[in-house]
Amino acid sequence: MSRPPSHEQATRPPALPGIEPAWSRLVDIVDTRGTDRTFHVLDTQVPDPLLTVLCVHGNPSWSYLWRDVIAQAPPTVRVVAPDHLSMGFSDRTGADRDLADRIDDLDRLSTAIGIDGPVVTLAHDWGGPISLGWARRHLAALQGVILTNTAVGRGDAPAPRLISAARLPAVLGAVTQRTPLFIRAALRMSSPQPDADVRDGFLAPYRTRDRRAGIRAFVADIPLDPTHASASTLERIERDLTLFTDVPALLMWGTRDLVFGERYLHDLEDRLPHADVHRFVDAAHFVTEDAPVAAAVWDWIDERLSRNGVTGSGLGVDEPQPVASLLTVPEGADGPLVTEWREHGWRSVEAPTFVARVRCLAAGFRTTGIASGDRVAVMIPPGIDLTAVVYACWEAGLIVVLVDGGLGVRNMHRAVRAADPDWLVGIPSAMVAARAFGWPGRKIVVGEMDPRLRRSLRVQRSLRETEFAGEGSHEHHDPGDDPPAVVGFTSGSTGPSKGVRYRRSQLGAQRDAIAALYEIGPTDRLVAAFAPFALYGPALGIASVVPDLDITRPGTLTGRALSAAVEQIDATLVFLSPAAMANVVATAGELTSEERAPLGRVRLVLCAGAPVRLGLLQAMADLTPSAALHTPYGMTEVLPVADISLTQRMAVGEAHGACVGRPVEGVGVRIHPLDHDGRPGSQPTNEPDVLGEVVVRARHGKDSYDRLWWTEHRSRTADGWHRTGDVGHLDGDGFLWIGGRVQHLMLTADGPLAPVVYEHAAERVPGVIRAAAVGVGPVGTQVPVVVLEMHQRSRRPLPGPEVTDAVRHEMAEAGCLSPAAVLAMTSIPVDKRHNSKVDRTRVAVWAEKVLAGKRPVRW
Amino acid sequence: MRVLVTGSSSLLGRMLVARLLERGDTVSVLQRQPAHLAGVEEVLGSVADPTAVRRAIAGCDAVVHVAAKVGIVGTWAEFAETNIVGTRVVVHAAQEAGVNRFVHVSSPSVAHSGSALIGAEAGPASPKSARGHYAKSKAEAELIALGANSSAMCVVALRPHLIWGPGDIQLVGRIVERARQGRLAYVGSGAALIDSTFIDNAAGALIAAIGRAGSAAGEALIVSNGEPRPIGELVDSIVIAHGLTPPRLRVPRPFAFAGGWIAERLWRALRLDGEPPMTTFLAEQLGTAHWFDQRRTRELLRWTPHVSIDRGIVRLAAAHAAGPISSAAG
Repeated sequence: MSRPPSHEQATRPPALPGIEPAWSRLVDIVDTRGTDRTFHVLDTQVPDPLLTVLCVHGNPSWSYLWRDVIAQAPPTVRVVAPDHLSMGFSDRTGADRDLADRIDDLDRLSTAIGIDGPVVTLAHDWGGPISLGWARRHLAALQGVILTNTAVGRGDAPAPRLISAARLPAVLGAVTQRTPLFIRAALRMSSPQPDADVRDGFLAPYRTRDRRAGIRAFVADIPLDPTHASASTLERIERDLTLFTDVPALLMWGTRDLVFGERYLHDLEDRLPHADVHRFVDAAHFVTEDAPVAAAVWDWIDERLSRNGVTGSGLGVDEPQPVASLLTVPEGADGPLVTEWREHGWRSVEAPTFVARVRCLAAGFRTTGIASGDRVAVMIPPGIDLTAVVYACWEAGLIVVLVDGGLGVRNMHRAVRAADPDWLVGIPSAMVAARAFGWPGRKIVVGEMDPRLRRSLRVQRSLRETEFAGEGSHEHHDPGDDPPAVVGFTSGSTGPSKGVRYRRSQLGAQRDAIAALYEIGPTDRLVAAFAPFALYGPALGIASVVPDLDITRPGTLTGRALSAAVEQIDATLVFLSPAAMANVVATAGELTSEERAPLGRVRLVLCAGAPVRLGLLQAMADLTPSAALHTPYGMTEVLPVADISLTQRMAVGEAHGACVGRPVEGVGVRIHPLDHDGRPGSQPTNEPDVLGEVVVRARHGKDSYDRLWWTEHRSRTADGWHRTGDVGHLDGDGFLWIGGRVQHLMLTADGPLAPVVYEHAAERVPGVIRAAAVGVGPVGTQVPVVVLEMHQRSRRPLPGPEVTDAVRHEMAEAGCLSPAAVLAMTSIPVDKRHNSKVDRTRVAVWAEKVLAGKRPVRW
Repeated sequence: MRVLVTGSSSLLGRMLVARLLERGDTVSVLQRQPAHLAGVEEVLGSVADPTAVRRAIAGCDAVVHVAAKVGIVGTWAEFAETNIVGTRVVVHAAQEAGVNRFVHVSSPSVAHSGSALIGAEAGPASPKSARGHYAKSKAEAELIALGANSSAMCVVALRPHLIWGPGDIQLVGRIVERARQGRLAYVGSGAALIDSTFIDNAAGALIAAIGRAGSAAGEALIVSNGEPRPIGELVDSIVIAHGLTPPRLRVPRPFAFAGGWIAERLWRALRLDGEPPMTTFLAEQLGTAHWFDQRRTRELLRWTPHVSIDRGIVRLAAAHAAGPISSAAG
């Protein structure tokens, strides 16, 4: 046994923020060549641990990467995070080690420091294959596998371009060893940029050229071609992943990684189909630095291991009944089922034709090679084609990914990337966008397209061709009892859009809830000017019509277009969004008395999607004198939760926020009370007048968030309550009042205040179009600030004494704290989809700048 | 209780004396000119004069040290004499006389260097970073006062921010005077959020501090109404309360700074009397946020302001209606 004298030996790291000196230890092993080697290891050294988490770093980093995971570890869990040899503060070995050596080193180390008993591996970057190689040898003890931004194999895909570039002979030494460029560049990719002391922490063991030799060796060891020494080792690891199908797995990914992009995540998802997945959308390669990975790791271990996965599975309400088919057109129905306005006239499809078309398309999808369980993104405006495609997907057991134009381009792009569809069915402009943005999925175009353009956009088929291909095929396909049916997206007005997954039974339960609540029967006919409900006609078994409007801009529906649509099918029901309703009311003056007549025959108007003003509903009621006006309350995750009619709303007033009515049949609504700092607790109560986060549960709620394991975990309580993020209270009569969003609470020295009461009070002042109430200042000592959008626009942020006094007067009347300031903004930012939800976070940023005395930013 | 109030001819001093007398305390006062206050034992003299101070302090249980040289005009020697030497003399005399409660009136400017203050905490006084003769000398003074805190004598420093009220010549008087002359302008948008303290509340906080000196010993606490307002709105309200029209003029912030910089140098070079119309200090005060976290103050003093800004404005209007402020022009 020998130790080469010329190489630096392992040391303990200098004092670095985030690392406890007590974690640091040096561990001797004898490596496979019989040489003494010393590892530097961060080890919490918990005696008799219930579990050990073995953390394996990649290149170029060291165990420093895992400091938060170690710091947040529960007391009964041991965390061990070694530095690979030649890396971090471990021995500099001189000899380049390959993948097999590193797995062997880790194995010897784990024996030397006594890792026995249950283990979870946690790895990043090229630590992924090493950890899996180690785990393969310890399957009996293995309780779980967590992988972050890594890769095992890549199928046919080329190697990461940046790695290939770094491997060029002229480049390798220069970037990896002669300079610390490789580390700096890797850190540079992080967003936001890590603090200087964190950068120093990563660089600490790599200060000299000699100490960086390991980084170069590590890069050189990546098998870019099959003849490489480590290629066969990697291949074996890849193949052996089939042995892990019983092992709980978590894949966590920073999606802005330029090296390990999402195709490596998808590759791992294919190999570990049972794995939980969480995508951190704003995080890059060093996902542990950019996102709260440590918290997610411990939550996952807690849920999947300590409690044997019982958490989150209990719905707390009856499971929804399986539904054989969502298409429920009554036997013998032969009138128009779906009607749409196209260019200059109405087009309809009769019920039997529609059903036949759906069957053809479903069969055609299968002949096109779409397999059951595939994801199909549909980008088609509401109408006959969209409805037919969606029902055909459901018949064929496919998952419909609904990416509506109302999300705005940025959120649409994110949504498509998040859902990662296998197929994309859309109108020509969607095909162009898909090519331009590099969206995943093979393409099927809806409508005509020039063959050359088709080729250049790599469009595989047209919808018509698909339909032809399915004609005559009558094989029935059984997609199983209760397949996942749809992935929709939240509007993203309070953060990035989240994918929300429903199973077919849950959609069926939602349809039943709506039908029961509004007593929808076979004599009803529906005007669908609200995207999600536009699809529900065939599921409800009633005729529906899509009026003339640009669905990406809900505010374009005119009174005339609505009247024409109502008249076309003699509609009894109208579903529309608040923005659409606002424009209908605004353009009502153009209506002749003949055009008003059909509106007078409507029995029910539903307005959903965002808060609706009382005045707007009253104006709509004047247009539809026979109709009951209802506003269902709910969210993409659960809809409907509650319902209130205009009459009820006028009776209860607006003094305590926005009353959204009583919970509908079969929906539980409770409150998680807030503490003094505005944080919701976790004990649901239905005591009246307690302000807190609204939690709900219903059988027609979502299945789960899509590829957002941690979000799902945090938003669902152990008893299956969904945390809505809305703040509100129940009153003594069982009515639910909404006061805003949890993250929009104004956290004052007197406790948290909900913004909606303030906004309603301000909106009573003449000349005010819209108001936003925000907290300005440090948490716990914030002051309420009311921001107005006025009819009389001015670029000055102070609206003048008359308006200010009037607002303060209304505040006093409503029992509000007097706001620190009343400001005027030229226009208050609202969400794209509904043109109605105020983006209070942006308003707060603006107000803070203005009130600090800085030059206001214009929107 | 027998209480010495230094600087009792100031707005705050007068209000404090009245409140102390109301609640039955015996009050001594010390200042250079007769303050014309009934029911007090008056000693005339400078706070920097140990003999006068010793005479005034004899037999007192508590001292509230209000006296200070304020404003932006004057040499460093003048500020240092009153604010630093004066505080040292008063503190020493209080220790010698066996006073056990000492409330030192300070200023939020002792701890801040001029950036926007948004819900700021008090922070330690820093003569180095404080800007201007006044703030620097007051920072030294606060350190001297708090340095004398001991089990024998509890010292509390209160930093009231921007005191105003009927009879106020510093803030209200100047605003009204300029509004009359049509020379009042906002700096920037006028939206900078400013904390202020209605005079009754400032006096109330000082009295609370005498009572709670034990619990708050060694602390520097900022005092305000806890109702920050955009400076433009506050100024408008004050102007309207005096039956005048709010200003329409706006000076962009950079111009205000430049104007202040030039004016300060002109005044110095030409040895002009009085204050320049704009100074960099003023431009900053009027153009950036200055508001504070009041939680610690209220918790330690068990005190909340009794007069809201809105009620304060009503009182201002009532005082104006009762008769013009004779000394408004200063």
